[in-house]
Amino acid sequence: MGLLSDPVRRRGARPPRAAPQTALPVAWLERTMRAVGLEVHTQSFSRKLPFPDETHERYIVSGTNVYGILRAPRAASTESLVLTVPCGSDSTNSQAVGLLLALAAHFRGQIYWAKDIIFLVTEHDLLGTEAWLEAYHDVNVTGMQSSPLQGRAGAIQAAVALELSSDMVTSLDVAVEGLNGQLPNLDLLNLFQTFCQKGGLLCTLQGKLQPQDWTSLDGPLQGLQMLLLMVLRQASGRPHGSHGLFLRYRVEALTLRGINSFRQYKYDLVAVGKALEGMFRKLNHLLERLHQSFFLYLLPAISRFVSIGLYMPAAGFLLLVLGLKISSLHEAGVGLEEPGGSPGPSVPLPPAQGMGLASLVAPLLISQAMGLALYVLPVLGQHVAAQHFPVAEAEAVVLTLLAIYAAGLALPHNTHRVVSTQAPDRGWMALKLVALIYLALQLGCIALTNFSLGFLLAATMVPAAALAKPHGSRTLYAALLVLTSPAATLLGSLFLWRELQEAPLSLAEGWQLFLAALAQGVLEHHTYGALLFPLLSLGLYPCWLLFWNVLFWK
Amino acid sequence: MAAAMPLPLFLLLLLGPGGRCLAEPQRDSLREELVITPLPSGDVAATFQFRTRWDSELQREGDTDHYFLRYAVLPREVVCTENLTPWKKLLPCSSKAGLSVLLKADRLFHTSYHSQAVHIRPVCRNARCTSVSWELRQTLSVVFDAFITGQGKKDWSLFRMFSRTLTEPCPLASESRVYVDITNYNQDNETLEVNPPPTTTYHDVILGTRKTYAIYDLLDTAMINNSRNLNIQLKWKRPPENEFPPVPFLHAQRYVSGYGLQKGELSTLLYNTHPYRAFPVLLLDTVPWYLRLYVHTLTITSKGKDNKPSYIHYQPAQDRLQPHLLEMLIQLPANSVTKVSIQFERALLKWTEYTPDPNHGFYVSPSVLSALVPSMVAAKPVDWEESPLFNSLFPVSDGSNYFMRLYTEPLLVNLPTPDFSMPYNVICLTCTVVAVCYGSFYNLLTRTFHIEEPRTGGLAKRLANLIRRIRGVPPL
Repeated sequence: MGLLSDPVRRRGARPPRAAPQTALPVAWLERTMRAVGLEVHTQSFSRKLPFPDETHERYIVSGTNVYGILRAPRAASTESLVLTVPCGSDSTNSQAVGLLLALAAHFRGQIYWAKDIIFLVTEHDLLGTEAWLEAYHDVNVTGMQSSPLQGRAGAIQAAVALELSSDMVTSLDVAVEGLNGQLPNLDLLNLFQTFCQKGGLLCTLQGKLQPQDWTSLDGPLQGLQMLLLMVLRQASGRPHGSHGLFLRYRVEALTLRGINSFRQYKYDLVAVGKALEGMFRKLNHLLERLHQSFFLYLLPAISRFVSIGLYMPAAGFLLLVLGLKISSLHEAGVGLEEPGGSPGPSVPLPPAQGMGLASLVAPLLISQAMGLALYVLPVLGQHVAAQHFPVAEAEAVVLTLLAIYAAGLALPHNTHRVVSTQAPDRGWMALKLVALIYLALQLGCIALTNFSLGFLLAATMVPAAALAKPHGSRTLYAALLVLTSPAATLLGSLFLWRELQEAPLSLAEGWQLFLAALAQGVLEHHTYGALLFPLLSLGLYPCWLLFWNVLFWK
Repeated sequence: MAAAMPLPLFLLLLLGPGGRCLAEPQRDSLREELVITPLPSGDVAATFQFRTRWDSELQREGDTDHYFLRYAVLPREVVCTENLTPWKKLLPCSSKAGLSVLLKADRLFHTSYHSQAVHIRPVCRNARCTSVSWELRQTLSVVFDAFITGQGKKDWSLFRMFSRTLTEPCPLASESRVYVDITNYNQDNETLEVNPPPTTTYHDVILGTRKTYAIYDLLDTAMINNSRNLNIQLKWKRPPENEFPPVPFLHAQRYVSGYGLQKGELSTLLYNTHPYRAFPVLLLDTVPWYLRLYVHTLTITSKGKDNKPSYIHYQPAQDRLQPHLLEMLIQLPANSVTKVSIQFERALLKWTEYTPDPNHGFYVSPSVLSALVPSMVAAKPVDWEESPLFNSLFPVSDGSNYFMRLYTEPLLVNLPTPDFSMPYNVICLTCTVVAVCYGSFYNLLTRTFHIEEPRTGGLAKRLANLIRRIRGVPPL
């Protein structure tokens, strides 16, 4: 999926890519579900992406979701559970649809259901799920156009998404990371793990087997590897499976993926179905929403977790560096308020103080404007760029992003002209103080909502930010600062991620993946409301530019 | 079709003297009947009704004052055998004889729909209403699911549904009948067969559609004596092939929209599927006070246009005292969906006001729709050539409407819920600390200390001291 691999071919294939894929057999699905005894409804939706999606090869998307509701006997449709199968463009998930229908037929004959069960088949995988969820909750978050739903079944209590690509599986992989790093309640994962153990199913996390031996060094090392993988996936803020979109509506959800590898021992779908039936019966018996267990955790293995009380101090100590730096700068007399206590250089201070404050306005405004441009311009100017340069829209967006990002680095040399001679250090110290406070606030907020992202950013940005000053070897500092900029962090994370997955990247591949990730990040912000892109472009990038400013302060 | 209907406990209480009814009363009579209706989807609905009347010495005192009218709904009530057993005990024959033999709990709770009711009302005995009898009517409706009970077959019999058959009428009953709906099938005897064949049939217009019922009278001795029991069976010769059950003219749906725990929106969709007739609907909503309604956000749209209700009565809630009451008369245009939505804010309750299962959510009672729905009979195109000419002068006959009361589904709304485990931990800890520290401090501060004199010894010591004092030696 090279984004820039062959511009000519890409350009040739550009004009409206309007669903050339095999569509969902809606009529057949409706008939089959109705024959099983469900109450069947369909929902059609359409969405024009902000720019063509190269990875999934789609631009103007229209599709139909089919869902059947199994009404619980003698209940009033106040609560429901969801089993969803996202179908992509190619029929990779047809086995899961088969299993869904078989489960529906089995569930229909049972008398014990207390909650309605919704069997949902969505088209265009996550886009369909997003359309259905928005219509179910009657909100419009992402500008999706869809027909209103005809049938509803109360408040959804839990959801399971199923992805199978073959009739036989060797293991079931479970994905928990959702949109913006939200996680389902840990009890749902525990439930799944219990039924995997009961049925003798092999279950994996992050596509890796469980570390067995925790006493030797090997087990903890594997655990660390999985922990890092989870941190990277959570930090990316993208939904890893269609369960990720349910979490916004406070529906506990996870995705199960059937993996068919070269292992000897395989399971047929009966085993998977049994595990799913067990999970649904357990969820059916719940009187309250899942709330007893943890919502904030990191997983080094399926059966082990690191709770927030253990991992939060790590981020706290990193932010403490910023706090100490802020207080030391403040001590040094560059507080933004009157430095009344400092006796020494009190005479020339007031004019310098005013100068310092005035000189802060320009860099602050300019860096924020750069961030705004980074956020708005690529999508807005894609057509202009595509007209004037031999690139497709998607490439135009990515290249504009990089261009604006790089252009930001050129700015500091012309932000300020007048520098007071009396206290040359005052100006940059005041700017650094502001930048440090800004960074500390942002990182603190991010670490509270999405710990992994906050931690990654803190671990990379804090040292460089604390060290930045316009003296000493500037090139060294500049290199350090560039290496820890948000974009470089993203690139590094991609390499680390593939390294941990034991599929190392070459430099060229890494670059391609980086460009694709940029495009995906922008797309996910527009299609699902992922917050990573606006956060980086409107928050962290301007803040980082301030440090760049500090470094090149004249 | 699995009936997706709410199961609220609904209570309409008329305090004080009752309404005026001018029916001819019968004294101390029990009428019981069972209506079996095969639904188009293959499910079977069975409705029991038992009616008793007795005279009372209470005298009527004037008209009903609406001040005494109370309306209350308990949105969550799970029916089970605990509801059925006392209900059965109200019947004169209990479950020993008559139709109530069929009321076997394990079968009745294997159904997809269950509705059980007790109605009690005063009935005037004469035109001037000087004396009153009371009427007790007990109804029980169940829908048997063809998928679960019939193993895919749509044939049914009394024995298959209730695992009992009818043997004798209740000796106290003045009327005991079973009605079987054979509306669509009796023109030709090709589609289905009822066994034993009915002796009489009954025609009527029920809920706007023409119905034909086969009647089995248990008091008719020939009916039971032939085989000592009555097991009505229905066999399909040619299974019905209507995949889509007919859509009723008025139906409704209600849901909570939005996400997050601060705000939300209550939406009610009212469907009028009649091809050309509009009709008004009275919508009654009671919303608990902890959903703070924003009345200025009340919007009613049908077909994309604003629909102004002709009557609105709104009574705001008072915290912890009374719920919101919203009543509206809305005209539903023909063939349309009307959306009534109102935004609300979720209130933060005091910590003792949460239910023991606060994370389950809080129930909001269903809205009640009352309407005069155009009947199916009137909607059907009349063959004008065949009918007499005067028919076209009065196209709307008297039976063109029927009254219907509909309940939407109850809702489950999550309120912002504190993590109760933490406050409890804190409370336990602080209580312990307070108990230990405060208790001992208080004890120390309020206690008065006296230095106790060492007790003077026994008799020997006193004697010794006496001797020592005489001797002039200091005492021991």
